[in-house]
Amino acid sequence: MPVSRRTLLAAGAATVAAPGLLRAQSTSAPIRIGEINSYTAIPAFTLPYRMGWQLAVEQVNAAGGVLGRKLEVISHDDAGKPQDAVRLAGALLDETKVDVLAGGFLSNVGLAMSDVAKQRKRLFVASEPLTDALVWEQGHRYCYRLRPSTYMQVAMMVDDAVKLGAKRWVTVSPNYEYGQSLVKWFKLLMQQRQPGIEFVAEQWPALGRIDAGATVAALAQARPDAIFNGTFGPDLTNFVRQGNTRGLFEKRGVVSVLTGEPEYLEPLGDETPEGWIVTGWPVESVTDASNAGFIAAYRAKFGEMPKMGSVVGHATITAIAAGIAKSGSVDTEAMADGFKGAKFPTPFGEAYWRAQDNQGTLGTYVGRTAVKGGKGVMVDWRYADGASAMPTDEEVRKLRPV
Amino acid sequence: MSVLVAEGLRKRFGANEAVAGVSLAVEPGEMLALIGPNGAGKSTCFNMLGGQLRPDEGAVRLGGQDVTGMAPRHLAHLGVGRTFQITASFASMTVRENVQTALLAQKRQAWRFWQAADAQHVGLAEGLLARVGMASQAERPAGVLAYGDLKRLELAMALAGDPVLLLMDEPTAGMAPAERAALMALVRGIARDQGVAVLFTEHDMDVVFGQADRVLVLDRGRLIAQGTPEAVRADPRVRAVYLGTAA
Amino acid sequence: MDLIFLQLLTGLAGASTLFLVAAGLTVIFGVTRVVNFSHGSLYMLGAFIAWSLLSRLPREPDYFVLGVLGAAVATAVIGAVLEVVLLRRIYRAPELLQLLATFGVVLVVQDVALWVWGPVDLSLPRPRWLRGAVEIAGLRFPFYDLVLIVVGPAVLGGLLLLFHRTRWGLLVRAATQDRDMVAALGVDQRVLFTSVFALGAGLAGLGGALALPQGSANLNMDLSVIAEAFVVVVVGGMGSLGGAFLAALLIGVLQAFGIALVPKITLVLVFLVMAAVLVVRPHGLLGKPQAMARGEVEALAPIRPAGPALQVLGLVALLAAILAPFVAGPYLLSVLTEAAVAVLFAASLHVMMGPGGMASFGHAAWFGVGAYAAAFAAKGLGAGMAVGLLLAPFAAGALALLVGAFVVRMSGVYLAMLTLAFAQIAWAVAFQWVEVTGGDNGVLGVWPDGWAADKPTMYWLALLLCVGGALVLRRALFAPFGFALRATRDSALRAEAIGLDAHRLRLAAFVLAGAGAGLSGAVFAYAKGSVFPTYMAIPHSVDALVTVLLGGVQTMAGPVVGAVTFTVLQSWLLMGDFWRIKLGLLIIALVLAFPTGIAGAASAVWDRWRGRAA
Ligand SMILES: Nc1ncnc2c1ncn2[C@@H]1O[C@H](COP(=O)(O)OP(=O)(O)O)[C@@H](O)[C@H]1O
Ligand SMILES: [Mg+2]
Repeated sequence: MPVSRRTLLAAGAATVAAPGLLRAQSTSAPIRIGEINSYTAIPAFTLPYRMGWQLAVEQVNAAGGVLGRKLEVISHDDAGKPQDAVRLAGALLDETKVDVLAGGFLSNVGLAMSDVAKQRKRLFVASEPLTDALVWEQGHRYCYRLRPSTYMQVAMMVDDAVKLGAKRWVTVSPNYEYGQSLVKWFKLLMQQRQPGIEFVAEQWPALGRIDAGATVAALAQARPDAIFNGTFGPDLTNFVRQGNTRGLFEKRGVVSVLTGEPEYLEPLGDETPEGWIVTGWPVESVTDASNAGFIAAYRAKFGEMPKMGSVVGHATITAIAAGIAKSGSVDTEAMADGFKGAKFPTPFGEAYWRAQDNQGTLGTYVGRTAVKGGKGVMVDWRYADGASAMPTDEEVRKLRPV
Repeated sequence: MSVLVAEGLRKRFGANEAVAGVSLAVEPGEMLALIGPNGAGKSTCFNMLGGQLRPDEGAVRLGGQDVTGMAPRHLAHLGVGRTFQITASFASMTVRENVQTALLAQKRQAWRFWQAADAQHVGLAEGLLARVGMASQAERPAGVLAYGDLKRLELAMALAGDPVLLLMDEPTAGMAPAERAALMALVRGIARDQGVAVLFTEHDMDVVFGQADRVLVLDRGRLIAQGTPEAVRADPRVRAVYLGTAA
Repeated sequence: MDLIFLQLLTGLAGASTLFLVAAGLTVIFGVTRVVNFSHGSLYMLGAFIAWSLLSRLPREPDYFVLGVLGAAVATAVIGAVLEVVLLRRIYRAPELLQLLATFGVVLVVQDVALWVWGPVDLSLPRPRWLRGAVEIAGLRFPFYDLVLIVVGPAVLGGLLLLFHRTRWGLLVRAATQDRDMVAALGVDQRVLFTSVFALGAGLAGLGGALALPQGSANLNMDLSVIAEAFVVVVVGGMGSLGGAFLAALLIGVLQAFGIALVPKITLVLVFLVMAAVLVVRPHGLLGKPQAMARGEVEALAPIRPAGPALQVLGLVALLAAILAPFVAGPYLLSVLTEAAVAVLFAASLHVMMGPGGMASFGHAAWFGVGAYAAAFAAKGLGAGMAVGLLLAPFAAGALALLVGAFVVRMSGVYLAMLTLAFAQIAWAVAFQWVEVTGGDNGVLGVWPDGWAADKPTMYWLALLLCVGGALVLRRALFAPFGFALRATRDSALRAEAIGLDAHRLRLAAFVLAGAGAGLSGAVFAYAKGSVFPTYMAIPHSVDALVTVLLGGVQTMAGPVVGAVTFTVLQSWLLMGDFWRIKLGLLIIALVLAFPTGIAGAASAVWDRWRGRAA
C-alpha cells in the first residue's frame, strides 16, 4: 500500500483544519491560496499531489513565508465536475477571500476555473490540466499554467519517435479532449518531421472503460511498425497486459505519454514493457541536488516515495510563492503582470513563467521503460526542459488571440 | 334502429378460440344480459365491443357506424360507457375527482393547463354520485373504497359521458344480494328513462331474470340460446351447460 | 478470416466478463425487484478483496481458484449484511427508494475502499500461466481469455441448475412470479431474499475477482461497470438469466467488431444497442411484461393541494427567498441560485415521475440540451440572454417530443433505462462533436447580459424563472391536464374508457418535463458561465432522481424540499473531507427515516397532529 491510511488521515485532517474565518487582511495575516482539485475522482494522482503542496507550504513558511506573510492553502474537492469547481471557486473568492486560485486536474475543470478567473479578474494558477486551450485559444492574462501541455509533452518525444524510423503508425488514446489533442499534435509534428509517414489505424477507448482485448486486436490487425499511446491509469494496465500476452509490442516501437510517471508505472509492475519511449519521472534514479532534496524531505514527512503528483503539488506552491514575491503584492493586477518571468525552484530544477503565454517551463523526463527487480523503471532518461519544447513566440502569437 | 350491432365476432388466443362467431344487437332502452359459465368468452366479447380488443373477424356497428377495432377513447366519445369485471378507477383521487375527471374527459376539456380541475363540473359530478348512491363518499379517496362502492363509482364514471350504450362486465360482483338488485334496478331505470342500451353480464340469476329484457347465453365462445328470460330459463341446452342440471 | 475468428473470440471473452457482472444484478432484480445501484461497488470490492487474498497466496492455479472463490464468498457475505441491515427495512417502500438507498451505499463504499486499499491502482503480478497465450490460426490469443469464455457459460449453467434443480431454486422462481404465493406457502421470504441478494453480490464479487488479472483493482471500477451491467440486464430482459447471457454476447461481439470499424463508437455503443433493442422489444430480448411491482400501490396515495397552513409556509419561504440577497453573501447566493435551478430541474422530473408515473434515469439530457441551447445562442448566434432562455425550453421540448414518442410506450424500469440510453447518446454527441460543442472542454463564456451580471440580479432571475416555472408546472398538475395525466397513471384502462388519450397525455408530460429541465439548464448555464457534457452525464441524472425521491414523489412540495435540501447539503458537504461517506450515510439515514420522502413525512406528521387537534 503505497499511501498509508495514516498519511491519508493526516492529509485529510490538515485540510479540514485549514479554513479559518479570519477576514482581516492585515500584512501579518497569511496569504491565502484557494485550491480545488479532483481529490475523490482522481485519487491516484491528487492525493500525492496534496501531500506535495502540503510539504511546500511547510517549507515556504519555515523559510519565512512570502512578503513576510505565511502561506495558507484552503483546499476543496471538485468531485471531477466543472460546475462544482465553479461554485467552489466562488466560495473561495467570496467567502474565504483567497488571494489566488489554484489547482485542477481535468482539463475541463481547469478551463471552467480559468473562465471564472477571467470573468472575476482574479488570478488562477492551473497546476495539472494539460489542455493547450488553457494558455492558447482560451488563454488570458489571469490564467497561468504550470505543467507541460499536451503539445509540449508530445514535442518532447518527437525526436525519439522520429529516430524509430517507423513508417506505419497506429494510435490509441482515451476518447476525450486530452487524448484527442495528444494524437492531433503527434500526427502533426511527426508528419512535419518525417514526410511519408502513415497513420494506419486509431483506437479511442472510453476513459476508464477500455475493452483492452478488442483494442489490442484491432491495432494488431493494422500491422503497424510503431504505436503511439495516450492511455494511462487502469486503462493502461489493461492495455499493457493484453498487449503483452498477444505480443502486440514485440518488435514495435512504442511512444507513450505519461507512462513513466510513478503513479502509472507502478501498477504495471513486472509487466512493464521494455523500451517504450515515455515521459515521466525516474524517481528511483534521479540524483541531482534538487530532486534528491525534495525526495528526502518528502519521505521524511510522509514515509513514502513521492509521485509525479507530489512534484506538481509542490511546484504549484513554489511557483505561486515566487510569483507573489516578484509582484511584491497580492493585488491581482500586480500579480497578473508580476508573475511573468518569475523564476521558481521545482524538484526538477529551476523553471519560470513564460511571459508570452503564462505557461510554466517546468519540464518532464523523457526516457525508456525497463524492468528492474520486478518493477517498472525509466532508463536512458534525460530532462526535457519545458522552455525548449514550446512553439516559437511567433507561432504562439497565432495560437493565442489575446 | 339498434344502438349496437355485432356480427360474427371471433377472437383467438393462440389455439384457444375464446369467441367463435357471436352476433348480437341491443336496442335503445333495452337491458340485454350476456350470460355463460366462467371462461365462456363474455369478457372477451365486451372487450371487442368496447375497443379493448380488436376482433379477428366480424364487425361492430354503433348507431349504424362501423366501429370495428376503434380505440376505446373514440368509442367513449361516441357514447359508449364501460365498467370492468376488475374495477378500474383512479386510486390517487377522491371519488368526486374521479367523476370530475370523467366529465372533463368526455367534454374534451382534458387539455387545459391552467384552471383548477377540482372546481370544474362539481354540481354535475355530485349529481352523478347521488344517482348511484355515492354522494356521502364523495370526498373519500377512491383507493380505500369497498368493492361494491367501486362498482358504483365506475357506473357514475360511465354515466358521465351521457352514454347511448352501457357495457357492464359483471357490474355487481362483490356486492351483497340486496345491493345487486338495487343497483341493477337503478341501471334499468336509467335505460328506460334515457333510452340507453345496456349490455351486461351477471352471475346472479335472480338479477338476470329479474332485470333483463332479453338474455343471450354464451358457451365456449358460441351463443347457444337467446330470448326472453322465461324462454332461456326453460331452454334445456342452457340448463345443461350452464345451470348445471341435466336435461 | 482468421482475424475475424480472433475478433470473435475476443468478443466472446468480453461477453463472458459482461455476463458475470450482469448475472447477479438480474438475479437480484428478478426476485427482490431491487434496482441495485451498488452492484458496481460489490464488483469493485470483489476485485480489491481478490487482490488482498491473491497477493498473499502462492501463485499456482489452484490457489488462484481458491482466492477468486474466497473473494466471491466474502462479497456475498457483504451483500447479505447489506440486505439485512438496509434493504430489508425498505422492501415495503416504493421500489425507486431502494435505488436511492443503494446509491448511498455506492458513496459509502467509495470512501471505505479508498480508506482500506489506498488511492493507487492495485494490480496482481501475473504468474506465467496467467500471462500465457495459445496459438490460434497463427495468432496469439490469451489463455486467460479462453478461461473466461468457458467460465461465463459455466456460471450460466450452474445458475440454471441451481434455479431449476433445487428446492431453493424452485422457491426463488416462484417468488419471481408471485411473491405473495411464496409467503402463503409458509416460506420465510426474508431468508429467501437475503440468500438471493447474497448470491447476486457473490456473482458481482466473482466478476470483479476474475477481472483482476486483466488489469487492476481501482477506485473507478464501480461506476465504470454499473451502467454497462444495467444495459446488459435490460437488453436481456430484467430478471432473465438467459436474456442477460444473450445480451452480453450481442454487446461483447458488437463491441469487438464495432471498435475495429468505428473506433470512436466506444462511448455510446452499448447505449445504441440498448436503444435499438428496446425500441423493437420493449421488454428486452427475453423479458416479460412486469406485473405491477410492490410499492406502486402505496405510491398512489391521493395528492392534495396545499392546505392554508402549507400555503402560508410556502409564501413565507418564497418571501425569504426573494429577500435573501439583502442578507446573504455572494457564495450563499450562488448556492441559492443553484438551489433555484435544482427546484425546476426536480419539479420537471416530478411531472413525469409522480403524476406521470414514468421515472427517468436520463433527465439530465434535457437540462444539458437547454444549457447547450443557451450556449449556442450566446456563442453561435451572439444573441442576448433572453434568446437563450427562450430557445432552451423549446429545444429541449422538441427533442423530448422526438424521444418521448418511443419512451412513453414503455413502463417501469425499461422506460427509465430507455431514457438513460437516449441521455447517454445525447451526452456522447456533446462529448464528441467537438467542433460545435467544444467536446468535454465545454463552451466557456456563456455569461449573462450586463443587466443581470451581478449576483443578486442573476439570483432573482433564476428565482423568477425556476421557481416560477415550477409553480406553472404545479398549476398544470392541478388543472384538468394534471388530473388526466394522473388518471392514465392510476389506470390506463379506465382513462381510455372515459375518452382520454393516454399516449398523448404521457407524451405531453414528457415534453413538459423536458422543456422545464431545459429552462433550468439554460439558467444554470448563464449562472455558471459555462456548459459541459457533465451537465447531461449519468451522475447529474442521478442527482435529479435523488432530489425528487428525497423530497417525496407523492407530494407536490417534495421536489422543492428535496432540491433545496440536496443542494445545500451537497454544497456544504463538498467543502469538507470524506464528503462521500457523509452524504452516503445521510441519504441512507433519510431513506430509512422517511421512506415517503421528507415532504411526505412532514405531511404525515402534520395530518396526525391536526387529527389529534380536531
Ligand atoms: N388476454 C388473454 N390471453 C389469452 N387467453 C385469454 C385472454 N383473455 C381471455 N382468455 C381466455 O379466453 C377464454 C374466455 O375468457 P373470458 O372472456 O375472460 O371469459 P368470461 O368472461 O366469460 O369468464 C378463457 O379461456 C380465457 O382463458
Ligand atoms: Mg369475465
